Amino acid sequence: MSVATSAANSADWRDQIFEVLQDHDIKQVYHVPDAGHSRLIEHCQRSNSIRTVPLTTEEEGIALAAGAWLGGQRSALLMQSSGVGNTINMMGMTKTLRFPFLTLITMRGEWGEFNSWQFPMGQGTPKVLEAMGVLVYSVDKADEVKATVDAAARAAFNGGQSVAVLLRQKLIGIKDFGKKVAK
Amino acid sequence: MSKATLQRRPLVRKILEGADDNLLVIAGLGSSNWDITEAGDRPLNMPLWGSMGAPVSMGLGLALAQPAKRVLVITGDADMMMSVGSLATVASQQPENLAIVVLDNEKFGETGNQASHTSPRNNGPTESGAGTDLAMIARGCGIADVGTVREAGEVAELVKAARTAKGPVFRLVKVMVEKLEFVMPPQDGAHLKDRFRQALLGHP
Repeated sequence: MSVATSAANSADWRDQIFEVLQDHDIKQVYHVPDAGHSRLIEHCQRSNSIRTVPLTTEEEGIALAAGAWLGGQRSALLMQSSGVGNTINMMGMTKTLRFPFLTLITMRGEWGEFNSWQFPMGQGTPKVLEAMGVLVYSVDKADEVKATVDAAARAAFNGGQSVAVLLRQKLIGIKDFGKKVAK
Repeated sequence: MSKATLQRRPLVRKILEGADDNLLVIAGLGSSNWDITEAGDRPLNMPLWGSMGAPVSMGLGLALAQPAKRVLVITGDADMMMSVGSLATVASQQPENLAIVVLDNEKFGETGNQASHTSPRNNGPTESGAGTDLAMIARGCGIADVGTVREAGEVAELVKAARTAKGPVFRLVKVMVEKLEFVMPPQDGAHLKDRFRQALLGHP
């Protein structure tokens, strides 16, 4: 990894995550519908070195990551906090097989959330991940994203751990639908 | 619908006959695991003891990572039902080296042979399912090379499809309900993973 330059510092954190994924030789990226990750997903789709795979449910991503690792490739799973709940039994495989696993999670149901349906899983996400033995890293400042994702990738692929990076809602920004009309 | 006549163990033995370093096999938990192990435990087998719904996705990740090798997923109907969406994900990637064989006994065989969704409808209080056709689901998901195997005379084509046809390939095989001996591979997942990688990559 090169030392961060002023140009890199001014770059958007979403672009920086893509650079970190490339620096760590990640070859497969899995995603579900996710506004927070949309710019990163587009970077991956345009990349020649990364295979981007859309999923029907997040738990597919854990099994894909296990298969990729069996075949000698590194991968990353992009998902929302709401998707974490879909993965839990499958997440156990990272422990059973002891394979490196990296997931980047855009958080909902916390800072300024407007949608009550997002709170239960959003609030449960860190606890549920920890219960499954996943190391949980958290970042809510744009200038700390690059270093955090890099540290997580090192813990995963050098240290053999299962690691989640929570991209907090404070970082991503509050989603709203503009002026809502009450019915 | 005529009763299934194919027996899973001799069938799986035929599919895996002469397996060499080019063939990477993933089997779903329960009967499919015991089936591939009965055919001969080998490092390039990844038999699952849990993670129901994982085999097809795991096979896809492996197939994308190892495009020069043949990846074969063997699993049961209930495991496949739990992850039907993964067939659409396979179709989205069109891996030419991936084949999926689903052994469909129309039962939850590991847990007391309750009727599964693939059992026919209106078949009595304990034997009725939904008549779900997994081959039709696979085709609907976007996999072009799909077939259903019922007779001994179709097995040679099945073996060819599983081992050499251009993927993604999906075969649904209707098999008998049988009470068979458990033939178990090592259970330690980390060991299974390490021996697989050692055999494939030369390091764990």
